[in-house]
Amino acid sequence: MSASAQEVNNLINQEYKQGFVTELETNTFPPGLDESVIHKLSKIKNEPEFMLEYRLKAFRHWQTMKSPKWAFVDFEPIDYQSISYYSAPKRKEDGPKSLDEIDPQVLEAYKKLGIPLDEQERLAGVAVDAVFDSVSVATTFKGKLKDVGVIFCPISEALREHPELVKQYLGSVVPHTDNYFAALNAAVFTDGSFVYIPKGVRCPMELSTYFRINAANTGQFERTLIIADEGSHVSYLEGCTAPMRDENQLHAAVVELVAMKDAVIKYSTVQNWYPGDKNGLGGIYNFVTKRADCRGDNSKVSWTQVETGSAITWKYPSCVLTGDNAVGEFYSVALTNNYQQADTGTKMIHIGKNTRSTIVSKGISAGKAQNTYRGLVKVLKSAENARNYTQCDSLLVGDKCGAHTFPYIEVKQPSAQVEHEATTSKISEDQLFFCQQRGLSAEDAVSMIVNGFCKEVFKELPMEFAVEAQALLGLSLEGSVG
Amino acid sequence: MLSIKNLHVSVGDKPILKGINLEINAGEIHAIMGPNGSGKSTLSHILSGKSGYTVTEGSVTYQGKELLEMPPEIRAREGVFLAFQYPVEIPGVSNIYLLKAALNSIRKHHGQSEVDAMDFLTLVKGKVRLLEMDEKFLYRAVNEGFSGGEKKRNEILQMAILEPKLCILDETDSGLDIDALKIVSEGVNSLRSTDRAFVMVTHYQRLLDYIKPDYVHVLANGQIVKSGGAELALELEEKGYSWLEDNQVAA
Ligand SMILES: Nc1ncnc2c1ncn2[C@@H]1O[C@H](COP(=O)(O)OP(=O)(O)OP(=O)(O)O)[C@@H](O)[C@H]1O
Ligand SMILES: [Mg+2]
Repeated sequence: MSASAQEVNNLINQEYKQGFVTELETNTFPPGLDESVIHKLSKIKNEPEFMLEYRLKAFRHWQTMKSPKWAFVDFEPIDYQSISYYSAPKRKEDGPKSLDEIDPQVLEAYKKLGIPLDEQERLAGVAVDAVFDSVSVATTFKGKLKDVGVIFCPISEALREHPELVKQYLGSVVPHTDNYFAALNAAVFTDGSFVYIPKGVRCPMELSTYFRINAANTGQFERTLIIADEGSHVSYLEGCTAPMRDENQLHAAVVELVAMKDAVIKYSTVQNWYPGDKNGLGGIYNFVTKRADCRGDNSKVSWTQVETGSAITWKYPSCVLTGDNAVGEFYSVALTNNYQQADTGTKMIHIGKNTRSTIVSKGISAGKAQNTYRGLVKVLKSAENARNYTQCDSLLVGDKCGAHTFPYIEVKQPSAQVEHEATTSKISEDQLFFCQQRGLSAEDAVSMIVNGFCKEVFKELPMEFAVEAQALLGLSLEGSVG
Repeated sequence: MLSIKNLHVSVGDKPILKGINLEINAGEIHAIMGPNGSGKSTLSHILSGKSGYTVTEGSVTYQGKELLEMPPEIRAREGVFLAFQYPVEIPGVSNIYLLKAALNSIRKHHGQSEVDAMDFLTLVKGKVRLLEMDEKFLYRAVNEGFSGGEKKRNEILQMAILEPKLCILDETDSGLDIDALKIVSEGVNSLRSTDRAFVMVTHYQRLLDYIKPDYVHVLANGQIVKSGGAELALELEEKGYSWLEDNQVAA
């Protein structure tokens, strides 16, 4: 493929398009973490007392824990004292009441990312919560949603305005003791989205959160909580980007979903954190705990993720299928290029009768990247007639990358049916040559083959996201052949 | 259109083509025959730009340009088409998607706009009918699970849609049943025109009954050892190749 090597080299050096930094006046804590930082954080957010206590409890627990070592990823130990735990654009006392009060630089940044916060300019039908470093800077269509009883706001605001709701559900799916990064998040989370869909309401528009890391030497600790009450429906999307920096930055999020009886939650992610440069310098450590509790009978949660960014991804969006007939789904595309590492998958815990789960995982590895699927299907004694279907496919681009699959299956109920299929394939020279012989460039050929490979997952994404995801995949693969 | 001069090609340090000379003009049909392993596919690959070969001597010009210096996708966009002896499968990518992507990249190269979706469908369906294929093939993944003969027919479908200038068919006839051979041959014949040339690699006279060549060349041991008209193929059918190879050794 020497003919296209030059072309490939040019592409490799293309910039990560969201890699810009916004110059701002900020309010940033000095680096370091101890109980006084947590007091300060809780105070600046004007939180109810129970929240401070919860944070401190989590912090104390975290200090007894060790960073997990079991994932198939490799990184230098993180110095938690060198990170700043709060950074926000400077603003007036209670936060902006309208877009006019938001720093125009921040608005500009979102515009550049293709997420205009002005409601007139937005795609009708998608409400956005924009989280910039440690704070939510704007939430659109709040009024329209409120008319039907939907609460969609920053979690910091929910803590002030709906403390009872938050208190009831926060930590009920991912307890503060769950794992190292979840404990840290419980102690220091700064913002994220809160969603409550009341009984019987079908949310009239897609809800979305756009996470942006801007400040250097900070961590982003986002917390999202979505509650779908009986018989309600919601589709939620999240997107993420960060500037290009030589230092690694930590993003440790927790997302909790609760689906009551007959409720349906569809949660889609397009993760495009800065992946580091082609030599593996810099990039985001994306250590995330996402879990859904299908608490009520006939409830359904569907996770769809397209993970193309981050230096390291450690993430297992899971479903606890508590209610009878509950359904959990996980559709994932994880792409790693250059020196990126991903250890991602899901857990499906079957507790209720007739619970069903589907797992479709597509891992793509290019360059010198490592891509691991790790999944657990657990069927408890109580889960009569539980069914799981898992399909786990890996695609290799080139011969310096790796794909690994670790499926764990634990079945305690004899009537359960668990099926697992796995394939590994490689984009062959012959396939590339065939496509080139038909007039396609090697890059376009790889992108076409990869998109074909991911089709089953893309069809689960909402329309606008599917298009974005395809484009992103093409971009992330640039420089992968040669 | 195509001029091959003293072409020597090796794989590693093993010489495979040892001085090929061939002139092909627009409108002509050339058949290339010869024993297994004589270098026919290698020649097809070299012309279409497959990597892994080293040209040690000689040159190839195509429409006045140095063909060997062009990347494979540029050759394709400039009208060089290879119907593969062993077409590859591309899981997940539908036939129709590939066809559209290919056609558009060729159009773009010639400064044309992307093909209109309706026009494209009309074009494709017309060619599918011409080759008596089932429309379902359009929506299946490229060659995945196709029978040997279906794959070959699919190659000709692509050729019919992309309308190349230089069509190289590497053993398109092998694997086709008698009826399919006839249909595919008719498809090829419908593409014959004064500004298009064909190079057909084949082992059998049968194909040449349907598509009458202007020239027949025998490739043996990396060289063209004999060239003639359509009647040469009949002679080969009768006598085999050994009398030619003996000649070659003597020469
Ligand atoms: N990559 C390679 N490595 C080693 N030898 C090769 C390679 N490619 C081709 N050859 C050799 O070159 C010779 C010519 O092969 P080629 O495929 O061109 O023959 P052919 O005339 O098309 O034969 P057939 O009629 O069987 O299709 C054969 O001896 C083959 O083994
Ligand atoms: Mg051959």
